[in-house]
Amino acid sequence: MSADERPGGQRIAVVGGGPAAHRLVEALLARREEVRISLFTEEPWAPYDRVALSRRFTDPQDALPLGLLPAEDARLELHTGCRVTGIDPAARTLTAVDGAGDGSTHAWDELVLATGSDAARPDIPGAQDMVVYRTIDDVDRLRDHVAELTATLGRTPRAAVIGGGLLGLEAAGGLRVLGADVTVVHSRPWVMNAQLDEFGGRTLNRLLDGQGYALRLGERPTALEQRPEGRLLRFGSGADLEVDLVVAATGITPRDELGAGILEPGPRGGFAIDDSCATSVPHVWAIGEVASHRGECMGLVAPANTMAEVVADRLCGGTGTFPGFDTAAKLKLSGLDVASFGDGFARSPGALEVVYADPTGGVYQKLVVSEDARTLLGGIFVGDASPYPSLRPLLGRELPGEAGAFLSAAGGGSPVDLDLPDDAQICSCRDVSAGALRRAVCEGCPDLGALKACTGVGTQCGSCLPAAQKVMEQQMAELGMEVSTALCEHFALSRSEMFEAVRSTRLTTFSQIISRFGTPADPRVNLGCDLCKPVVASVLATLHGEYILGADRGGLQDTNDRALANMQKDGTYSVVPRIPAGEITPAKLAVIAEVAQEYGLYTKITGAQRIDLFGARLEQLPAIWARLVAAGFESGQAYGKALRNVKSCVGSTWCRFGVQDSVAMAITLEERFRGLRSPHKMKFGVSGCARECAEARGKDVGVIATPEGWNLYVGGNGGATPAHAQLLAKDLDDETLLRYIDRYVVYYIRTAERLQRTARWMEELPGGIDHVHDVVVKDSLGIAADLEQVVAEHQLTYRDEWAATLEDPERLRRFRGFVNAPEVEGPGPDGPDRGRPVVAGPRIPLRGEL
Amino acid sequence: MTLTAPFDLAASTAPAATAATAAADAAWQPVCPLDVLEPLWAEAALVHGEQVALVRLPSDEVLAVSHRDPQSEAYVMARGIVGSRNGIPTLASPLHKQVYELSTGRCLTDPDLRIRTFPVRVRDRVVEVLAA
Repeated sequence: MSADERPGGQRIAVVGGGPAAHRLVEALLARREEVRISLFTEEPWAPYDRVALSRRFTDPQDALPLGLLPAEDARLELHTGCRVTGIDPAARTLTAVDGAGDGSTHAWDELVLATGSDAARPDIPGAQDMVVYRTIDDVDRLRDHVAELTATLGRTPRAAVIGGGLLGLEAAGGLRVLGADVTVVHSRPWVMNAQLDEFGGRTLNRLLDGQGYALRLGERPTALEQRPEGRLLRFGSGADLEVDLVVAATGITPRDELGAGILEPGPRGGFAIDDSCATSVPHVWAIGEVASHRGECMGLVAPANTMAEVVADRLCGGTGTFPGFDTAAKLKLSGLDVASFGDGFARSPGALEVVYADPTGGVYQKLVVSEDARTLLGGIFVGDASPYPSLRPLLGRELPGEAGAFLSAAGGGSPVDLDLPDDAQICSCRDVSAGALRRAVCEGCPDLGALKACTGVGTQCGSCLPAAQKVMEQQMAELGMEVSTALCEHFALSRSEMFEAVRSTRLTTFSQIISRFGTPADPRVNLGCDLCKPVVASVLATLHGEYILGADRGGLQDTNDRALANMQKDGTYSVVPRIPAGEITPAKLAVIAEVAQEYGLYTKITGAQRIDLFGARLEQLPAIWARLVAAGFESGQAYGKALRNVKSCVGSTWCRFGVQDSVAMAITLEERFRGLRSPHKMKFGVSGCARECAEARGKDVGVIATPEGWNLYVGGNGGATPAHAQLLAKDLDDETLLRYIDRYVVYYIRTAERLQRTARWMEELPGGIDHVHDVVVKDSLGIAADLEQVVAEHQLTYRDEWAATLEDPERLRRFRGFVNAPEVEGPGPDGPDRGRPVVAGPRIPLRGEL
Repeated sequence: MTLTAPFDLAASTAPAATAATAAADAAWQPVCPLDVLEPLWAEAALVHGEQVALVRLPSDEVLAVSHRDPQSEAYVMARGIVGSRNGIPTLASPLHKQVYELSTGRCLTDPDLRIRTFPVRVRDRVVEVLAA
């Protein structure tokens, strides 16, 4: 037996590494000073957020953190990669085997089983060749598998998901993100039949169909066959399905093998527990999916967390009881808004159903209320679940109004404002009440981020965040707190408000804008500042597309725009000509070389497939650009908050694997958006196949070729906090792709805040990618034509900024070194001791020159 | 208004006629016609070998501070953004955006920094800077 050398206290062994185990450990560590917890998980990492597993499809680096278990806490011993092989309640020990195959025995005073469940595979021939979707490993394997299939087959892989429940649909969504075509096979006539009634389910069927998922409903496969020409999923009747990959998501089987012959099983497996989560054997508890409460095991996180809290309470001497399963569920699938809670099927005696259905619009909403139509018993939402976050906390309570008023038809789709009682639960995953949120706001949480950190609200499935935000805002309003979005002291407007204000008033100069919106509105004393002036400059540039250094614009421009070049630390500038898609002729390379040599410029290939020339003085810029413009170069806007470049791979023209001409598309995009000013810099990427050599998914707009067209990804970002772009639409033809990008980019420009890149913008945008999808693909705001028009006008008015500068001598005054000595360069006339050189410091030598 | 009108620097810096005025005006150096400066667009000038940044306000008052950025020591201040804080004119460094009061040289964002100021006057629509 291994000696436990940790400080004293009760020994609690936890078997399992899912969210239930994690919550239990967290609660115990918070409540008990003296305790020795040993957690055994067979996965190689600490417990992670299995609920958020689908996130790992879009971001392979996402470790799905659950909130850290303190690694150095002496009270906790984490056994990862360690499988428990037996328990002995009489001796109060368990045996375990680690990754190296070494066995050990561990003593405990209390044992908590949180072993979860296995994904069930259908009992048909070939089932062993199906993959499942339960763990981080599963997702990583799926990703590798799809990438490999794409490469070896040279076409989009065909995947089938067996099972159209919550998990199956999430897996299907994940496979689409990975770039596969997906067929969902489901034995019932509609998907998610555990959560949705027939009308809701059929509405979701249609939505899935509309998004390009193939559905095989009311059928069960009979075999998965391996044939030389590929795999075949056989059906008893109807056509068989050619597939490359099959995921089984037909349900879960509790992992109860540890208790066989020792603990009383539930009727459908698992360990039977009472209301205190105790099993049939004293000092042995069971929580999560493996716990069978009143004959049922449940694969949802909220009840698992509740059970964990109950056991933690019991182990601390409390009397907590498990109230029964909260079956509320929300589907986490891009573009598909589905939720159900409580008694959605109206099985309670006398229950009434209030329904709004719009089959053509793909919306179905139902509230179930008590016989007197006052108490909320449950609900189902498909297509538009916006009322769900506000209504869910009211489950079992009296509705503050007539039931129908809470459906989108009455409220125009916006969530209803509700005054929730303090004890209403907002976050069911973390059990956070409205009152707890209000207290946190009173204690000084000024925004949603702080509120999440302080209360844990919305940190698991996240579906309660809109409700949490509403409670927070109401409380802040009550306290007289104001969340200021003002740009600076000179305007009370945020950037997005400024954009709309300038757009609607058609003002064209800074002094007009100050006179109208400034604080104070007097251009003689309100001169603006380095925050608001560049914002106004950017907004005017987007809306009017006039020369940015024009008479009343020049002084508004930020450091780099002011000189149409990038200021370096010594006050000299770097020059970056545009090289669309990195495609350049030898003749143009020669011109760059000549200019660099003549002006003694340091040259470096940038990260954006261009060439940067460093060390130019302000007054040299016009002459340098005269040479470059004459050779056919134009400004690369490396200095601007604008499109920088469109990175591309070499594409189908040369590459053995390329399926589309990525270079041509990159040039098209670069020429379409060059010079368009935006809230922050934008980078695009175009890859010619799924190998993704252009790293398009790290870009604000990423385009990846498919055999059928283009997949469009948005919101990717490098920088300090990298973000992977998310799939917005699949298999687009050229024209649709360009239109969607037009809409996306201009919607971003109109609504983002100052210096907010697309990733952060989408994160903060209510509804996130789903909302963007609605606006860009479905035109839900009816502004698509306006958005496209902005790009169309921009293309008409685009003028290379350097060509425009050079052709007007009046414009060249902005590049004089000294107003009273335009010709002076280098050190001032009194010698280097007083007037330091205009260029501080010597030229930085190249390596090898030293 | 055209801001590129050629002007004769040598003519405008002609020595004063009498010894008395010469003593008083010795350090006032005419720099450029007022109209050569665009309001709120700072420009660098050489004054007795010093590099200064000139700012013309909407009231036609002209203010001058050193062209040298106190923080980075690069000669860049004239390329910063002119603005105001509570109605008092300011100039922001183009490199790291420290904000200085143009009239006092006080840094509003970093109490450890200060920028040198130069007296300026406008005579016959010619900008003159006092530099010692």
